[in-house]
Amino acid sequence: MAYMSEGAEGLRSIPALLKRNVSQFGGKPAYREKEFGIWQSWTWEETSAEIEALALGLLNLGVNRGDYVAVIGRNRPTLYWSIVAAQMCGAIPVPLYQDAVAEEMEYVLDHCGARFVVAADQEQVDKVIEIQDDLHQFEHMIYVDPRGMRKYDHRTLHEFSHVQEQGRAARDEFMAELEARRGSLGYDDTCVMLYTSGTTGKPKGVVLSNRNIIETAKASSEFDHLGPGEEVLAYLPMAWVGDFIFSIGQAYWTGFCVNCPESADTMMTDLREIAPSYYFAPPRVFETQLTQIMIRMEDASPLKRRMFHHFMAHARRVGPRILDGKPVGAWDRAKYALGEWLVYGPLKNTLGFSRVRVGYTAGEAIGPEIFDFYRALGINLKQLYGQTEASVFITQQPDHEVRPDTVGVPSPGVELRIDESGEVFYRSPGVFVEYYKNVDSTADTKDPEGWVATGDAGFIEEGSGHLRIIDRAKDVGKMADGALFAPKYVENKLKFYPNILEAVVFGAGRDRCCAFINIDLTAVGNWAERNNIAYGSYQELAGHPQVLDMIEGHVEETNASIAEDEMLSGCQVHRFLVLHKELDADDGELTRTRKVRRKIIGEKFADLVTALYDGSESIYTETEVTYEDGRKGKIRATLEIRDAKVVPVAPRAAVAAE
Amino acid sequence: MKDTEGYMTADGRQIGGVLMELRNITLRFGGVVAINDISFDIREGEIRAIIGPNGAGKSSMLNIISGFYTPSEGELWYQGAKRPPMKPYEVARMGVARTFQNIALFEGMSVLDNVMTGRLTHMTAGIASQALWWGRARDEEIANRAVVEKVIDFLEIQRIRKTPVGRLPYGLKKRVELARALAAEPSILLLDEPMAGMNVEEKEDMSRFILDVNDEFGTTICLIEHDMGVVMDLSDRVVVMDYGKKIGDGAPDEVRGNQDVIDAYLGVPH
Repeated sequence: MAYMSEGAEGLRSIPALLKRNVSQFGGKPAYREKEFGIWQSWTWEETSAEIEALALGLLNLGVNRGDYVAVIGRNRPTLYWSIVAAQMCGAIPVPLYQDAVAEEMEYVLDHCGARFVVAADQEQVDKVIEIQDDLHQFEHMIYVDPRGMRKYDHRTLHEFSHVQEQGRAARDEFMAELEARRGSLGYDDTCVMLYTSGTTGKPKGVVLSNRNIIETAKASSEFDHLGPGEEVLAYLPMAWVGDFIFSIGQAYWTGFCVNCPESADTMMTDLREIAPSYYFAPPRVFETQLTQIMIRMEDASPLKRRMFHHFMAHARRVGPRILDGKPVGAWDRAKYALGEWLVYGPLKNTLGFSRVRVGYTAGEAIGPEIFDFYRALGINLKQLYGQTEASVFITQQPDHEVRPDTVGVPSPGVELRIDESGEVFYRSPGVFVEYYKNVDSTADTKDPEGWVATGDAGFIEEGSGHLRIIDRAKDVGKMADGALFAPKYVENKLKFYPNILEAVVFGAGRDRCCAFINIDLTAVGNWAERNNIAYGSYQELAGHPQVLDMIEGHVEETNASIAEDEMLSGCQVHRFLVLHKELDADDGELTRTRKVRRKIIGEKFADLVTALYDGSESIYTETEVTYEDGRKGKIRATLEIRDAKVVPVAPRAAVAAE
Repeated sequence: MKDTEGYMTADGRQIGGVLMELRNITLRFGGVVAINDISFDIREGEIRAIIGPNGAGKSSMLNIISGFYTPSEGELWYQGAKRPPMKPYEVARMGVARTFQNIALFEGMSVLDNVMTGRLTHMTAGIASQALWWGRARDEEIANRAVVEKVIDFLEIQRIRKTPVGRLPYGLKKRVELARALAAEPSILLLDEPMAGMNVEEKEDMSRFILDVNDEFGTTICLIEHDMGVVMDLSDRVVVMDYGKKIGDGAPDEVRGNQDVIDAYLGVPH
């Protein structure tokens, strides 16, 4: 394809790519956003004009080279334009998580010393105003949605469209300056700074250069043969590196169209309307969707339900093989084709996956059962393994070599190394420049030769060359008897059950494993309704004896499945409890990307962990919770602790000793 | 008109001249006097509340304003002219929209269709044109849909646009009703107990929407509400009724200190 053979040279920045896209794909849509019920679109030409007007407006406000411009809000074209406009001015964009509370924002805004903030709406503006007195470098804020903003003090506050208007008006004055700044953007200049979600400690600002982003976008686009005709739905947090690579890096490199949903609530409808060809989601999204399918099938008529289960069983057996191009018998193929017509096709259409050509899941390990479900439907869902520090891509699965237990082969340009302790190291053109204002951490993570520690333990499978990740290196431990302890593995098995939203398994250095379980309110609530179980609150439902019975069943089934794995059979869950509250990022129990913060949970619920191990049958506890508006409260509960049956495993002294 | 001066509210909003004036209104049902010689006015851009114990005649008052009842005695002046007795749909065409105490939506229709019915007063295309979906009917529907979508966006109900109203929880139905009233682009909006039966969170949301409507569109709002906290926080001026009589009128703080009002609410031997 001609547009790809140009090489990265000459296209040294996102604004440079924008210019190329205008000349190559000028009239093709670059952005779409659903607004007032209609998909509004902007071509590359229009996009370029909007971004330029904004960049001129920013110059008018006094943005200097090297300034930090924070961008806060949900995925909207205007905010993506703000990122590129900041780059055009030689400034460094810093996207922030929009659901962060004011204190979290304060840390990041203060750390990067942002002089400018582009905020989506009143909610975000209010948060910044709350903390602005403590931000010494902060000067101006631009907001996109003017609703409710009329009475605010507008000395340092500017409406997005006004900034653009002023930019257009001052075109003659600033155009030469803008051209100069745009032209001087170098390949090793900073493209973006992204804050890690921080499973441990404070977030760190990862500095990524134009080289990191463009080389990565180029390599990964070629890997999956992405072309200008792709459609993606941008719905994941803009502060997350994945969204930056997909919605900016790859979108500008290949010139495909980025679609923004109407609001976070309408995401599923919008997904269906757009039917993306290239789709990306963390395991959590696939888990939620599967849960919803299962709930809806429970409520379907008996005929439909039987048809669904019959054909899904068939799909699970042959679907992944057909997708991988492996030999499948004629009869099975015919039956699969019938299933496609009756069940899989309509289901994919409902989910918005009819046109998915390449789908990725990453961010966390996905449960093999969930993964196989989507593959069985004929959706080319693959796993990739990556990090912010690598500009996402470390390994990914090539088409026809997809398996749930590996994360694929090294991405183009990536070198892998496993050290003695089993930790995975990589080196690639995408490797980050540094952690901002944090020399020590940079040195700890990246050695002088450019090798970066992932913090994950894994091994390269012989024969296929695929990487298998066992767990976070610091989570993988040994139990008291020396058996391998991999909590994530067990948790993912538990999370396959639609009723279980989250699980946290303990067991490092102990004689057996125990677990916290979070029920899924949607699934369990639906089940309760069908079984005439009354409940007044989440807490009451979570503590209901019948719910506990059900969860106990799930845990025991999981134990049976774990017992089949020789290496990990010691990880069976002996005792568990169902938590009285949902684990929440606002309480610091999850990261903003919804990963479990194991250590913090262990400390916060230390009393519960003790109770799991000391044999008590119930425990009274008080927990502090943070409400959405930042207020704090306490919830009290008495939790019942259940024992689960474990499958006895013959001691394999020889294996354990190895 | 007595005065067109207006006043400034505590939070700095400029309230305009008198938009609607009720002069010596009396309403009788046979021998029962529901409303007894009440006069008050509603000014442009203000949030005017009518409060009072059960059976005080508040809803009857709203029904007079909306044209559902014709007063037995008294005059109603609207936009500087005396309003002759009218049918409710004629009143609606003059820019008066309302919501109901008991939700009155079409349960089987989608939210979008329900809100579209609020545009009925703005549709003039004939039945043939409507049926054929051609010419004026089509242009009109597109223009009306644009207004409706702005309202949907404003009240943040995009997610339920295509959901049948019957499937929605109570709080959302109330919001849809407000949306339908707003779609009519009224100059005066009558809300009959907009927060009845809501939980605290829903009340907070509804209050915010009422304030936003007033702030963004400058719509004059006349509301009946039982939650005193809400009334005192939201409204600029309050009329207090008891047994069909007006016993107080003024800013929330004045009304709160009025002995007759305190008696009416706490109860005194009659």
